[in-house]
Amino acid sequence: MSETSLRNRVAIVGVGESDIGKVPGMTGLGLNAQAAKRALDDAGLKPLDIDGLLTAYSFTEPYFMLGSVLCEYLGLQPRFNASLVVGGATPAVMLKHAAEAIVAGQAEVVLVTAGENRATGQSRDQAVAALTAVGHPYFEQPYGSSIPGFYAMIARRHMLEYGTTREQMAEVAATTRRHALLHPNAHMKAPLTREQVLAAKPIADPLGMLDCCLISDAGGAFIVTSAERAADLRAKPAYLLGIGEFHTHEHIMCAPSLTEFGATRSGAAAYRMAGLGPADIDVAELYDCFSIVPIIEAEELGLCPRGEGGRYWLDGRAAIGGGAVPVNTHGGMLSHAHAGAAGGLFGIVEAVRQLRGGLGARQVEGAEIALVHNEGGILSSHCTMLLGKDKA
Amino acid sequence: MTETLPSPVVNADSAPYWQGAREGRLLIRRCDACGQTHFMPRHLCPACWSADLRWVEATGRGTVHSFTIIRRAPLAAFAPRVPYVVALIDLEEGPRMMANILGDDALDTAIGDAVAVCFEDRGEGAAVPQFRRAGGRG
Ligand SMILES: [Zn+2]
Repeated sequence: MSETSLRNRVAIVGVGESDIGKVPGMTGLGLNAQAAKRALDDAGLKPLDIDGLLTAYSFTEPYFMLGSVLCEYLGLQPRFNASLVVGGATPAVMLKHAAEAIVAGQAEVVLVTAGENRATGQSRDQAVAALTAVGHPYFEQPYGSSIPGFYAMIARRHMLEYGTTREQMAEVAATTRRHALLHPNAHMKAPLTREQVLAAKPIADPLGMLDCCLISDAGGAFIVTSAERAADLRAKPAYLLGIGEFHTHEHIMCAPSLTEFGATRSGAAAYRMAGLGPADIDVAELYDCFSIVPIIEAEELGLCPRGEGGRYWLDGRAAIGGGAVPVNTHGGMLSHAHAGAAGGLFGIVEAVRQLRGGLGARQVEGAEIALVHNEGGILSSHCTMLLGKDKA
Repeated sequence: MTETLPSPVVNADSAPYWQGAREGRLLIRRCDACGQTHFMPRHLCPACWSADLRWVEATGRGTVHSFTIIRRAPLAAFAPRVPYVVALIDLEEGPRMMANILGDDALDTAIGDAVAVCFEDRGEGAAVPQFRRAGGRG
């Protein structure tokens, strides 16, 4: 059976971010609700227009049936609803599921949200302990492994095979911070130099504290509808041109490789659906839970050749106005926000905003096609999307 | 030590593996249908889905595929051990597994180091496979 193309069939017509940072007055559900309300207002739609809802998971508020819980909280009774868990890849995968539901006539307006109160809803020790649970309970956790440790092993392998340096990884954090300073809602407000990243407290060699993503209170949301309906709404639509996913493992001990991951395959599927290639991309929002990750993704998604991801940042090509494809123009998870699945969702929000234009100093001039990549686990689950200002 | 290190969690897939560790033997699964060995223990072979599996004793020799030095422990029980090495070990038989590198020279670990299995007591006779640097490169 041939693949049903999702190209040009749906669009993101509303985006929203909650208040971000330390937001002690808000629950995780409240952050989702605030972001959803802002996304709905952005789209010019009413709650009753929503007939589908997708959400992810929550470490701080681990409800069973989170999708149903969120519908209940929001007073929604949709005909399409689920909570999906593919780690950080979840937001992009939710867009794919929403698009499939809309194309199949199972929903017309789908609200997609994610968010947690990770900064204030748990102690720092609880946060670290919860994230430790990502390691295999029987064959990894007995060794005191940690998520930074897993990514550190990937970074070390990349350094060995391609000569990637700590300076190059530090530049990812520094460039990303410069972008975050241009974003009014970013968690981090102070400048950050490469030297500061290199001097930060070591966590898991070769990664230091500032190679690691933030822990934020944050919620994000977007609204998906058919391309036909999108044309009648007030916000400029961002059309889905192509999307693909690929999954190779969950735990790092079972990863087929520490240097080649599923982003190559998810990206190829997205490019194929869109009929586009890496040379067509104007702006990219890549998953950046650790500084090594966007380096690898830039290579796998064809922004630069294999092994040159580190230089892509050190040479300034990832920066806005750097002459190549700017990456993580909102500040990414290293500097804008990270709160569970919301981290990757903000890359989608930012891509839509870049395609609409008018972002001032943060705007990528002439942005017409944006790439967003989400990954979950330990570079385990991948989903890549291409969004366009116009249909492809 | 203020908190004890985690003991193995034994289930139906892994009971012989952990029993082997108690006896100082590193057991892995080999598929009689396709001949492949795998880690972690499963009900069926992830290469061909045959359930015709047997336990074989690994030589315990391997090489370090990658590693990190943990400077901030994820759990209080590991805090007294910081800094310590977490590594991915490629066993001579093929499969890859995670363990710590123990020993006075653990912090000198490099990718490609030859390592040999040892067993660390985790209380009440339970043990987890661990590795020590064996000298040389694999
Ligand atoms: Zn087999």
